[in-house]
Parts: sequence; C-alpha cells; structure tokens
Amino acid sequence: MNIHEFQAKQVLGRFGVPVPKGQPASTPDEAAKAFESLGQPKAVIKAQIHAGGRGKAGGVKLISSAAEAREFATKILGKPLVTHQTGPEGRVVRRVYLEQASEVARELYLGMVVDRKSESVAVIASTEGGMEIEEVAAKTPDRIITMPIDPVIGLAGFQAREIAFALGLRDKQVGQFSTLIAALYRAFIETDASLVEINPLVITKDGSVICLDAKMAFDDNALFRHPDIRELRDPNEEDPAEVEASKFDLSYVHLDGNIGCMVNGAGLAMATMDIVKYYGAEPANFLDVGGGANSQKVAAAFRILLADERVKAVLVNIFGGIMLCDVLAQGVVDAAREVKLNIPLVVRMEGTNVDKGKQILKDSGIKVIAANDMADAARRVVEAIGQRA
Amino acid sequence: MSIIVNKNTRVLTQGITGATGQIHTRACKEYGTQMVGGVVPGKGGTDFEGIPIFDTVEQARKATGANATVIYVPPPFAADAILEAVAAGIELVICITEGVPVLDMVKVSRYMRGTNSRLIGPNCPGVITPGECKIGIMPGYIHKPGDVGVVSRSGTLTYEAVYQLTQLGIGQSSCVGIGGDPIVGSGHIDILKLFNADPATRAVIMIGEIGGSAEEEAALYIKQNFKKPVVAFIAGQTAPKGRRMGHAGAIISGGRGTAADKIAALMTAGIAVAMSPAELGITMKNLLESKAA
Repeated sequence: MNIHEFQAKQVLGRFGVPVPKGQPASTPDEAAKAFESLGQPKAVIKAQIHAGGRGKAGGVKLISSAAEAREFATKILGKPLVTHQTGPEGRVVRRVYLEQASEVARELYLGMVVDRKSESVAVIASTEGGMEIEEVAAKTPDRIITMPIDPVIGLAGFQAREIAFALGLRDKQVGQFSTLIAALYRAFIETDASLVEINPLVITKDGSVICLDAKMAFDDNALFRHPDIRELRDPNEEDPAEVEASKFDLSYVHLDGNIGCMVNGAGLAMATMDIVKYYGAEPANFLDVGGGANSQKVAAAFRILLADERVKAVLVNIFGGIMLCDVLAQGVVDAAREVKLNIPLVVRMEGTNVDKGKQILKDSGIKVIAANDMADAARRVVEAIGQRA
Repeated sequence: MSIIVNKNTRVLTQGITGATGQIHTRACKEYGTQMVGGVVPGKGGTDFEGIPIFDTVEQARKATGANATVIYVPPPFAADAILEAVAAGIELVICITEGVPVLDMVKVSRYMRGTNSRLIGPNCPGVITPGECKIGIMPGYIHKPGDVGVVSRSGTLTYEAVYQLTQLGIGQSSCVGIGGDPIVGSGHIDILKLFNADPATRAVIMIGEIGGSAEEEAALYIKQNFKKPVVAFIAGQTAPKGRRMGHAGAIISGGRGTAADKIAALMTAGIAVAMSPAELGITMKNLLESKAA
C-alpha cells in the first residue's frame, strides 16, 4: 500500500525523522490559511498524488504569499496532473501540501527496502539526490551505497557513520545523519514498511540534514497489525475495479487488452495472460480468484471482469487443487445469468471434481465454449473475438 | 530415490484443527503420507481422526519421532510456528500459509542460519514425491512416479506442468513448490543442488516468474554446475512494470526482474525455454528424446 508524501512525512515525524513543517489543504481557502499559519516568508506548495515526477510536471511551486497559495491551489486542485509515472491520463489532484521552504546546499538520496538477496532490510544511499535511483544505478553504479541491516542487531552506529562519510558528510552532520537514519530504520520496522525513499535528503545552507521529499510503501500482508497505517489508504489513487476486487479478497490488476481472464493462482494467472498474448490477443486483466474461492467470490470476480467495457471475451482457466471445479462452475453460471452475459465465454477446467463442473456448465443452458487445455483455450478465445471483429 | 521427502518421512501438521489443516491432513494421509501428529496449543491430548494432537512441536517430535512438519496456521502466527519447529529440531519445515509479513520472514531467515532445518515456503503448495509422500495442498492424482524433477515459484502453474508431463507419460521424481514471496526458505538453486545429486532425477523443469533475480542466478548455477537437462518457463511476460501480480514477489521494479531478462539468462545457460506455458510438457518430452537418441 502506498501513501501520500504529506502522510509519509507525518509518519516519519512521529519517529523523530526531521521533516519540514507543513500542512495539507484540499481547497484554495485552506491553502491560503495554511500559508498564513506556517508563518514563513516563503513556502513550497506541492500537489499530492501517488506518483513521482511532480516537480517537472508543474505540480510543485515556490510561493511567497497566501494569494499565490490560493492561486496555485485553484489552478491545480480537481484536475489531473500528468507526470512520467502517471500514464497519459494523469492523476486527479485532490490535495496540496504546503511546507516551509528550505535553502538547499546539497541533495542526497536515502532509501530503505526489503532486499531479497541479503534477506534483510537494506539501506540504499547515493550522493546523486534528486535523480531517479534507477537512472543512477544504470549510469553511475559506483555512486550507490548498499548496506544490509542485521535484524537482530539493528542499524549499527558504525554503519550509519560509514554511510555518512561515503555521502561526504562532515563534522556535526555525521551525528545528525546517524540520528536521522536510526529513526528512519525504526519507522521502517515499526510500521512494516516495504519501501522508504527520501529523495532528496538535503543539507540546508545552515548545515542541517532534512527530508525534503518522502515516499513510503507498506507490506499489505502486515496491515492487520497497523490499523493506523491502513487508514491512510486513499482509494481515489487506486483503480475502482481493483478496490472493488479487494473487498472480495480477489487479486485483480487492470490491463489494457480485451480478453478478460479469470484464473486461480498467481503464477497460472500470469501464464494465462502470457498465452493469450502468445496467440495474438491482449489480456484485459490479471485476476487470481485464489485457492479457497466459493461461488459468491467467483461471481464477484465475473462481475468485475465484465464491468470493463473493453472486454470482448472471457477466458476462465482453473486448475482445481483446493478449488473445486463444481464450485467454480456454479459461480460462473450464477454470474453469467445475473449479468446476462452476451460475449463469448471460454472455459478450461481441470482438477478436482472436473466432471461435476462440466456437467453444471452443460446443464445451465449458458453458451460456453469448452476448451481441452490451456493452448486450446487461448486459441478459442482469440478466434472468438476475431469472428466478432 | 527422490529429494526432500519419501515413504519414511514422518510428518506433523501445525494447525491441524483449522479448516485447511483438516482437509489437507486428511488428503495427505489418504495419499499414503505418514501423518504422525498435530500441534495446536491448548488442544494437546485430543486427536484429529486418530492422529494425536500436542500442545507444542517439541512434545510432538519426542512422542512421534517426526522429522517433518507442515504449517497451515494463519499469517499472523506463521513465523512463530516456523521458529517453533526449527527450535524443536525438525529437519524439514514446509509453510503453506499465504500472506506472511515479509519482515517476519527477515527474522525467520536470520534465525535459521546455522541450524540444520530446511524451510520450504511460505506461500507454497508443498513437496511431493509421487507414489510415496505428499506434503501440502497439491492434488495428488495428477502426479505419476518417474524421473523428472519439478521446482517452481507458483502453485497452480506447477500443477499445470505436472499434468502435462503425466499426460505425456512422463513421471516425476519429486515436485517442489518454493513459494512466491520475496523471502522464502529455499530457492531454486537450493532445490537444483538436491536434484543434481539425486540419481533418480534425470531432468528438471524449473518454473519461475517475474520479480527478483532468482532465475538469473539459477541460470548461472545451471550453466556452471548442473549436469542434467533443464526445461524452464517464466510467467509474467505480459506483466506491466511496477504492478504486483498477486504474489508479493512478482513485481518488476526499476526495470529489473523482467521476463525478458530472465529468459535471456536461461537461454544463455543452454536451458530449453518453453515460450508458452502449454508447451512445458512437450518441450521436456522432445528434450528427453533428443538426449536418448
């Protein structure tokens, strides 16, 4: 789960990570008031969306009056902001964040991720702040410092100092940085984060170290123990179909094609998308109904698939292990009746109770194109949209 | 022979009274697996369909001589269940549970260093040696005893591969689902090493997916050390960047972990890559026939 910059700064601030003083606003009036209450001659106003590249896209501005705050908020609120990470449709800005302006002397990069290789949390730091870390990694990999943290020891003092010196910090900045990174690690562990990215971390002209931007993502599997973090979810930033799917505990990702896919198991679901493409069409989605799906869940999955108007045919591919084919078949039949299915439906079923499942489909009177195996299913679904084109 | 499990494996179920634990303990027992005990804190002294239940893994191991355990407990308690099994000296720990917090696995992984236990999973279907021992949630009937090993990050896609092999008359030595999470107990290479040393395994199917670099590392290992023919498939060729595809580990981040990178690495290592998931079985059949000729 991702959160907004202003939320990340609030979370980090609670752990003692130094962040600029700031205030969110969702109307031009609130923006003007936020400027006044900051009480600084200058402030930065930033569009809040779950995507990077806001500065270059015109979503960030240095302002020096409440009138300017109001003007910028009026211009940007309620409209989509297009950055290189949002896709061409952009993201609608529903909030701005005003914070005190910092005079920047140096920009650094500081991140933490769960590193598969060391099977631990790793610090990633770089002298090249303000750039995308992937770009730095590709062009100047020697400027990236990676350091795994032992979960038993935690971030050791010497590790913090090593990173500080590698970033070219001197004198009291080393101590400041060590305190900051220790607080950042504590925030990471105690909130079950999966990613923290401070880009840039800045050294101000008066010599202090502060987080100018902040991005946090959290492990969905650990949200059960962080009700406060879960509340920070912004459904406006997510695909409505994906939000709906998550209510039924379905794993759904919206894609750009026109073959709706319903599969059990993430690996098989990806492989089904792949085989649709292999036979010359494009999948409309990734959809894993999971192992223990009941017929209501299958019906919900079906409704979500068909709500996408671009879907011209549906491919169901189920390998029943835990999932019983008769349960699946009943769910498909219920949903097809409910939505008055009028596009081709190809079903490939294998595994536990497959004969019962096939019988249910046959007896239902619903037009189902039965497939023998995965390749046959993909071929038939592609043919089905070909005939209609 | 086989790897990891065989007819002598004695298995505990942690979480034997939960819905999933019940269904699969029963199915594994019917398959012929020696299900010797269950562990449910507070239910020690009772039994599940004749299988004795204990309060702790330690007690269960002492009373039953179990050398393996399978975990179905809910995600908040799964890491603790793994730690308990390892602390009790169980050699093989298979964690089926999906949705274990990744920072819990960071701790588990650190704890397991230097111990003699092997962890498979979490978020995996389990391990089967067809005809001898099934531990986990895979449908037993699709398997057939034979000499092709299967190792995979995905559950149902493994069933697909196994089913294709069986339909073509090719049996399996052992099939191992290593799990789809970013941090798992055993990786592709750990399992490949076992298949390499197993005289009963003639060839291996390796199924990977997008995310991480485990398949690239496995490709290098195969090129340098693996003596047997390998067929591979990578799921997620059509997955967009930055979107997680169901499995917590299946995400292309920062342009790395793409299917194209993985396929290229596998091909460089001389591995026969099936481009369609429907061709896993036939690719293996052709490979075996060409080796035999």
